Amino acid sequence: MILQGLTFYLFAAIAVAAATMVVSARNPVHSVLFLILTFFTTAGLFVLIGAEFLAMVLVVVYVGAVAVLFMFVVMMLDINFVEMREGFLQYMPIGVLVGIILLVELLMILGTATMSPEVMAAGTEPIPDLAQRQNTAALGDVIYTKYIYLFQAAGMILLTAMIGAIVLTLRQRPGVRKQVVAKQLARRREDAVELKKVQPGQGI
Amino acid sequence: MDDLLKEYLPILMFFAVAVGLSIVIVVASMVVVPSHPDAEKLSAYECGFEAFDDARGRFDVRFYLVAILFIVFDLEVAFLFPWAVSLGKIGMLGFWSMMVFLGILTIGFIYEWKKGALEWE
Repeated sequence: MILQGLTFYLFAAIAVAAATMVVSARNPVHSVLFLILTFFTTAGLFVLIGAEFLAMVLVVVYVGAVAVLFMFVVMMLDINFVEMREGFLQYMPIGVLVGIILLVELLMILGTATMSPEVMAAGTEPIPDLAQRQNTAALGDVIYTKYIYLFQAAGMILLTAMIGAIVLTLRQRPGVRKQVVAKQLARRREDAVELKKVQPGQGI
Repeated sequence: MDDLLKEYLPILMFFAVAVGLSIVIVVASMVVVPSHPDAEKLSAYECGFEAFDDARGRFDVRFYLVAILFIVFDLEVAFLFPWAVSLGKIGMLGFWSMMVFLGILTIGFIYEWKKGALEWE
C-alpha cells in the first residue's frame, strides 16, 4: 500500500514537471518529447487507479501515434519559434483564465464526490468491482451494445478524418514514371524484337 | 485492486532498473570520455558541409497523410480489444455493431486504396 502511494506521488510529480516543461521548453521538439513523458506517467497513474485499458490505449494511441503526428507538425511548419515566443506574455492572461476555469471545474467535481459519495455511485454505468469483472471487459460490455450509436458515430468520425486527410493532402505528381510489373511481365519477344533479313551489299 | 497492482510490480521494477541503468550509462560516459575540444573539429572540412546545422528541414506533406491514416487504423484496433474480451457477453448485437464499424472503416480503406494514397510513387 505504501509502495502504491510512493509510486503515485512519483508519477504525479514527474507528470506535472513534464507538463510544465512542455509549455516552457525553448525547442518545440523538446516540448513534444516532454509531452511523451507526460503521456507515459499519466498511463502509470491510470494503472494505479485500475484503468488498465485506458493506460494501454494512452501508450498505444497517444505515445505511438498522436505524439508522432505532433512531431510531424512541428517539423513541417517552417516557423521561427523564437519570434513566436515574443508574444508569450501577451497571451498569458487568456491562458491563465482558461486554466482557472478548468481548475474550478475539477474542484467542483472533486467537491461533489467528497461531499456526497452517493452521487458518484449513481452514475448511469457504475464501475464493477475489479475482482469480478476487469476493466477492459467492463468497457466492452457497454460500448458495443448500450452505447452503440456513439460507437458508430466514432466510426463515422474516423472515416471523415481518413477521407479529409486524403482530400487535403493527396496530390498526384504528373510526369512520375512508375514501375508497372504487370506490363513488364506481359511484354513478349515479338513486341520488342524484329528480325530483318539484310541482303548482302544493301543497307536496311 | 491490490492483486491487479501486484501484477504490475515487475514492470515497476523494470522501470526502476531502466532509469538507474540509463543514468549510469549517461553519467559514466560523461565522466570517462577523453575530451580534447578543438574548434577545427567542429568546422566544415575543406569545402564540405557544416558539421552542425539546424536539423529541422521541411517535410513532404505526404508523411503527414501516412501518420493520419496510421492513427485512424490504430484507433480501430484499439476498439477491437474490449470487444474481443467481452464478446461472449455482448451477444449478436455487439458482434454486428463491430462488424458495421469495421465496414464503415473498410469503405474508407477502399477509398484510400483506389485513390492511390498508399502508393509512394
